[in-house]
Amino acid sequence: MLRDVDLEVGAGEAFGVAGPNGSGKTTLIRTAATLLSIDLGRLTVLGQDAGARDLAPTRSAIGLIGHQPTLIPELTLAENLTHITRLAGVETGRIPRALDVVGLSEASERRADACSFGMKRRVEIAHLLLTRPHLLLLDEAASGLDEAARHLIEALVRSVCSRGGGCIVVSHDRAQLSDLCSRVATLSDGRLETAL
Amino acid sequence: MFTSGYVVGRSAGDGTVTFWSQALEIARVDLTVERRIGNTLRITVPFAVVALMVFPLALDLQLTTVSNIGIGVFWALGVLFGMQVALRQSAADSRERRDLQALLGVDPAARFVGRLLSGGVLMSGFLLILLLAMVVLLDPAVPEGGWWMLIVATLLVSIGLTELGTLAGEVTAGLSNRTVLASLIVAPLGLPLIIGASQSVAALSRDTSILPWTLLLIASDLALAVAGVALAQPLEEATR
Repeated sequence: MLRDVDLEVGAGEAFGVAGPNGSGKTTLIRTAATLLSIDLGRLTVLGQDAGARDLAPTRSAIGLIGHQPTLIPELTLAENLTHITRLAGVETGRIPRALDVVGLSEASERRADACSFGMKRRVEIAHLLLTRPHLLLLDEAASGLDEAARHLIEALVRSVCSRGGGCIVVSHDRAQLSDLCSRVATLSDGRLETAL
Repeated sequence: MFTSGYVVGRSAGDGTVTFWSQALEIARVDLTVERRIGNTLRITVPFAVVALMVFPLALDLQLTTVSNIGIGVFWALGVLFGMQVALRQSAADSRERRDLQALLGVDPAARFVGRLLSGGVLMSGFLLILLLAMVVLLDPAVPEGGWWMLIVATLLVSIGLTELGTLAGEVTAGLSNRTVLASLIVAPLGLPLIIGASQSVAALSRDTSILPWTLLLIASDLALAVAGVALAQPLEEATR
């Protein structure tokens, strides 16, 4: 549960959130993604009141990487991206390029259930390169990844910010947050305690 | 809270996605996954046929009795095993995948329709194979004109069961025992379908009108379709 959270993330800003397990980080991310509603207060995401009836246009401008990869295990990596882009109404012709950027060109025809966690994460990064979100939400997205994949995530954050988008990055790694974000806050027991 | 200074709108895909393109894409991927794992064809169909074979043995191979109850056995096994087909895809939906679809702008009603299309194809295929097996194994006593009614009723039950399974999957989304709970929802709500289907064929034997029973099947299918589409959005929000 979140309490007394007063937070504004501006255009071009990456905001970092650290905190212990169970402190509400995932709840914060899912709330920012409009996937959870709030009981009290006001929530505005990308200029839209999150209590609005039709949130589809707002949601489709949000990119989220959560704890668990969301690929369909029985589809290949390329097929997963094709499925995502078709649902989102994005041009599928850029998929080979996106796979190349994340270093998965040669593995594109491999089924997702035969791929490592890191490879699945890279596909999610490729998905966000294709859908180009205005608001990027990362929930421990770099956990368990090698250095190259972590660099890809950092590049993704910088890319979104340089386009005037915003990012909220949740991580246990304070050093990474400090490098990547202009402000870092600590979430403890559902409260944002400090913003540096 | 959260963000300021933005204009809402899709980032990279601008309006090329429609309700039907999303529904068809979901159906296409469902069927692709089914083709690769083959749950319906390789697991459900053989088990249902084996169950069909057990009945004559249980009745001590009294062929007249077997023939008389053949159609009833088909409906009972069809609904029982059909529930597994109907619930298979919704059981695979994780919270993360549902979140992803919401963030891709997928209309919950389009997802319902997509699941309905793929599930309907699988369910129809399953029930028609089971019907064929029943004819071969049990040699049922079918009244004149009953074959067409049997096929029509099978297709209408396929649609209804798929709608019911998809709807039950949406209602129980996010719950830990969702497969069990969904089955408990489908079983009683599927009664009008079983009654309508069995009575439509039986009415031919009694030489009475099949219209009320056929209308019951059609009305059930329509009511479930309307409920599924109308409730898709509220259920999506309520089950997060």
